[in-house]
Amino acid sequence: MTEKLIQTLMDGLAVGSLYALIALGYTMVYGILKFINFAHSDVFVLGAWMSYTVALCAGWPDGQPTHMATWVLLLLVGIAVAGGLVAGFTYWRRKRIAPAAYTLWLVSGWGWVAVLLVLLARLLHQNGFDIIAGGVILVCSMLTCGVVGFALERLAYKPLRNAPRLNVLITAIGVSLFLQNLGQLDWMFGTRPQGMPQLLPDKVLFNFAGTPGANPGEWLVQPVRVRLLDVIAAGTSIALMVGLDRLVFHSKLGRAMRAVSFSERNAALMGIPVDKVVSFTFVLGAMLAAAAGFLYSQKYPGLGQTAAAVWVLLGLKAFVAAVVGGIGNIRGAMLGGLLIGLAEMFVKAYQSPSVVDIYVFGILIAVLLVRPGGLLGKATVEKV
Amino acid sequence: MSGANLQPGLHRPSTPAAIVRAWAPVLGCLVLAIVMQLVVGPLLVRMGQDFAAKLLLDIGTNAILAVSLTMVNGFTGQFSIGHAAFMAVGGYVAAGITYYGSYRLFGSPDLAAGMLSTSTGAGSGLFTKGDGLFLGSIFAGGLVAAGCGYLVGLPSLRLKGDYLAIVTLGFGEIVRVLIQTQTTDTLYDPDTIAQTPAWELPKYLGGALGFSGLPSYTSLFWAWLFAALTILVAYRIKASTYGRAFLSIREDEIASEAMGVDTTRYKVRAFTISAFFAGCAGALFAHTVGVQLNAGELGFAKSFDIIIMVVLGGMGSISGAFFAAIILTILPELLRNVAEYRMVAYATALILMMLVRPEGLLGVREIWEKRTWRAIARIGRRGTP
Repeated sequence: MTEKLIQTLMDGLAVGSLYALIALGYTMVYGILKFINFAHSDVFVLGAWMSYTVALCAGWPDGQPTHMATWVLLLLVGIAVAGGLVAGFTYWRRKRIAPAAYTLWLVSGWGWVAVLLVLLARLLHQNGFDIIAGGVILVCSMLTCGVVGFALERLAYKPLRNAPRLNVLITAIGVSLFLQNLGQLDWMFGTRPQGMPQLLPDKVLFNFAGTPGANPGEWLVQPVRVRLLDVIAAGTSIALMVGLDRLVFHSKLGRAMRAVSFSERNAALMGIPVDKVVSFTFVLGAMLAAAAGFLYSQKYPGLGQTAAAVWVLLGLKAFVAAVVGGIGNIRGAMLGGLLIGLAEMFVKAYQSPSVVDIYVFGILIAVLLVRPGGLLGKATVEKV
Repeated sequence: MSGANLQPGLHRPSTPAAIVRAWAPVLGCLVLAIVMQLVVGPLLVRMGQDFAAKLLLDIGTNAILAVSLTMVNGFTGQFSIGHAAFMAVGGYVAAGITYYGSYRLFGSPDLAAGMLSTSTGAGSGLFTKGDGLFLGSIFAGGLVAAGCGYLVGLPSLRLKGDYLAIVTLGFGEIVRVLIQTQTTDTLYDPDTIAQTPAWELPKYLGGALGFSGLPSYTSLFWAWLFAALTILVAYRIKASTYGRAFLSIREDEIASEAMGVDTTRYKVRAFTISAFFAGCAGALFAHTVGVQLNAGELGFAKSFDIIIMVVLGGMGSISGAFFAAIILTILPELLRNVAEYRMVAYATALILMMLVRPEGLLGVREIWEKRTWRAIARIGRRGTP
């Protein structure tokens, strides 16, 4: 009995830390721009698919690289060339290189780093350093999703910075639908679910408690199993979260982020480059989501389609976690993620896997009704 | 409530002319629906355009959904992303009533329909017992959905904007999961059905596999009758005190509260009315030929479909939502060859619409208002809005 309890607790923490990673992206964007980035769950799914694509490009067996790889390369060349054209044109006309050119070069250069990382992962994999290669793939998929987050913010959200919040919300839904359905196209990831190759070894580190049976390997009461994958997943997410916490609360950039979140206008008056800070927030959120996507696809190797309800639902649950913890509050998102993960695993273990969603959304509604600002959120008083 | 505030002397006496004026549009809806069923439908079939008749049916159902969502998302300025859940509730309630009701009343789930409920218009009699059962089931579905709408509207007491949107989303998911997990296979054996107590029948609504074997009552008559009624009700609401209150909440909640509008109550009302019609649409959808009722398909993807209609048509425009429903029902059929790009195109259209014309095609205007035509003429003269 105790064994089951402890096991569920640990599973809950492992899954919860992944939810927390995704929830952070929601919460950071909400904290700064005060809108729900519905496309964030799709960036999470994209992160999982990116790591899948990168793993195939890096030479993991079973399956061919998707067409994605070719398109990404072509796109990078295209963006670099476009940057060159913009730079050339503006220099010719105005003797000045437009900032857009630098943006394009930045995106392209970022992509080339990703390509180099794929090659590095391939090299590492061929020489048998699989765990390090897994890390490289994680970084690579984070970088790619970071670019996607950057592009989304610049193209879709920035023009609406001063629009009513409802319009931004609808745009976010539009972006989410766009990503989902773009991912389903044949030349992207296709419509079929895929099996994620096992990049990180999944073995039991050690057992404890439980009642052993007569034969070795037989148990009367199942012991608590500590799995390497869970440890890696939870460890990575905790490391990322600690890093984020340091960044937001103990760095100049973090102070700028908090300032923008407090008041965009006043922050701008104090000389904070608001656009850059907002872009950076999006990139950071997208990268964390990509990391979560990678870790999740390692834990549950069946990779659903980008528009599959199950995968989008994962992102939504992370969003629930952000709201439960108090949206806009970074530590709240971590707490909410862990809570939702625990709730999910306990319902799965003690009741039935099929009713998990009812509990998760039930918790959401209950928390919102009792404390509309979330557990750690502050109640806001609207003033005229 | 609102009537109690009025002094008795302020009530207009109901003259016969006033009664006629009040009910003539309802009669008009009925006539339109009958014409659709007995003239337009058979004409299309005779011309060999069976598919167009089917599309016309879908347009009716989608128009109900879009116009009903307009009342919440457009008039009141709340943002519901769980509209398909009301549809699911209404659909399942109505489906349960007609399916098991037909077994109990007629001994088989076959159609017991008159001319108004058969796709070819060739049934026997004008209005049969089967039609009555179907009509009752639509209202039952609508009422249960309205009850759910009331429940969802209640949190709007404390929650605004984004948060309310999340609650509607959560509600939608809960409904979907409840239907999928808490019900089991449909009963097919007449004897078993006859012996099962009525209060246990709601357990057998098909579960995750979907509810199959439903009689296909939905015809052009029913779809267009309810579409026309929905539009009529929406129009009357928009032109009434209620509508002014809804619109004032949308424009500025604090200001309207200061002017004495009970914002919470009006928001709950908007949700309830909107959910009622969504439930009716769900009932119609469930009984359409070739549709297998499945809660999995009535998740947030379906809700987003309806939202796209409302947003493209114009947030707060009844005619805008109606035209968007027509366009977005026909468009997928035209784009059949490039079906996989359809949703990408929708999403792009949604984003571009928000960037270029955030209020939607018609905004709050209606096609029958003079200012709409003046604006169109102005665009024609100047080339820009």
